[in-house]
Amino acid sequence: MDASDQSMFDEIVALLEPFNADKIALKPETDISADLKIDSVSVMDFVMEVEDKFDIDIPLNVLSDTRTIADLMGVVKERTNA
Amino acid sequence: MASKLLEKHQVLAERFQRMQSMGAVAVGPTNDQILSPTRAIINGRETILAGTNNYMGITFDEDCIAAGKKALDEFGTGTTGSRIANGSYALHTELEQELAQMLGRKHCIVFTTGYQANLGMIAGLAGPRDTVFLDADSHSSIYDGCTLSGAKLVRFRHNDAADLDKRLSRMEDDGGGRLVVVEGIYSMLGDRAPLDEFVEVKKKHGFELLVDEAHSFGVLGPNGRGLADEVGLDEHVDYVVGTFSKSVGAIGGYGAGNDPMFDMIRYASRPYMFTASPSPASVATSIAAIKRLQAEPERRERLQKNSARLYAGFSDLGLQLGCDVVSPVIAVTCPDEPSTIAMWNALMEAGVYVNIAVPPGTPNKTCLLRCSVSAAHTDADIDRIIELFGEVVATGVHLAKTA
Repeated sequence: MDASDQSMFDEIVALLEPFNADKIALKPETDISADLKIDSVSVMDFVMEVEDKFDIDIPLNVLSDTRTIADLMGVVKERTNA
Repeated sequence: MASKLLEKHQVLAERFQRMQSMGAVAVGPTNDQILSPTRAIINGRETILAGTNNYMGITFDEDCIAAGKKALDEFGTGTTGSRIANGSYALHTELEQELAQMLGRKHCIVFTTGYQANLGMIAGLAGPRDTVFLDADSHSSIYDGCTLSGAKLVRFRHNDAADLDKRLSRMEDDGGGRLVVVEGIYSMLGDRAPLDEFVEVKKKHGFELLVDEAHSFGVLGPNGRGLADEVGLDEHVDYVVGTFSKSVGAIGGYGAGNDPMFDMIRYASRPYMFTASPSPASVATSIAAIKRLQAEPERRERLQKNSARLYAGFSDLGLQLGCDVVSPVIAVTCPDEPSTIAMWNALMEAGVYVNIAVPPGTPNKTCLLRCSVSAAHTDADIDRIIELFGEVVATGVHLAKTA
């Protein structure tokens, strides 16, 4: 992971911590919904935080293919460059 | 090897088991007998109903029952097909005309359920090239309608017009249409959309606005049309959606609007086209009930009075309530799921039925005992509900973390 990826990862992890009730270790391959055992509404609430942090929109229909933190980083990169 | 399909619901099964082991049949208790809009026999005991959404208390109205029986005699038990494939009954058209007139709209389409009304309207309006902006606390039928539409879905913070404004500004013009969806009264907390603020954002960005008046139709406004009627902003609302399963006391739903192309939704909307039309008895009782609601505005006044009485009583008990305006939906916030179930059990035991609402069905992970008030409740009923809540609260069960 290069420095900018690391910084994005850290920012996403910081936003995800409030949803991480069991305090599991968060890695790029962590499945946001399944590994954190959070429900669909919480996933959407978390994504809203990500949207505001990076000042982008992540339409909900994009999320069906987004499972891991690394997937989400891909979406954020794509939409910040757009 | 492929996994077994139902395996994935193991988490659900465990949660359901946990709730049951705490004695709760909260997820759908059986009403053995319905005595009136506000009374049922549940588990052999007469129970005050305070969680039915029977806002107008119209389910046992003599005219409505007579109209239903007459329709059964004249049109039979069911329509056995969709209106596109099998044709309409005269009653369907009559209901649409009656509603259009009450709503002050040129066009109205009736759907088989309220859920399908949102599915059918949203998927009929928006397509894959459009964007739907929906309130974060929207009902599942709105989310599902958005999914069915194939549109791009942008969720904005609940009741936050500034947040919607930000998201609209952020999105570049892609040439597609833009639909914003809000609700008149939100079903869980009873709060209302700040429609004036959304109308300001509409003037700035120029989208089309749909208001779901499921919980506010019949309840709010000088004409009982809902929130937009109440705040005098009907003309800024392009489309309204509502249901017959609450204030109308039947089953079914509607969408209405003024656009000359409106009726094309019938031919573009799968939840309208590919399902059987509402049954004659249900349509006939809906027509009778809508006439009743218009002829008897005192039902609305009675509901408002009852809601204010319950709201004040709960406030005096020191209960934490879901919103700061008096609404026929009054939600009591509990600390967690076990305490909510314990309190619900105690209330059932004492003879009052309310709804349990827990995440993800609730906003902000709250656990709620959700009450809905009826115009058919008497002052004595409301006082009794307050008294029973008071007794249950006094036991401290609502604070117990029994997990």
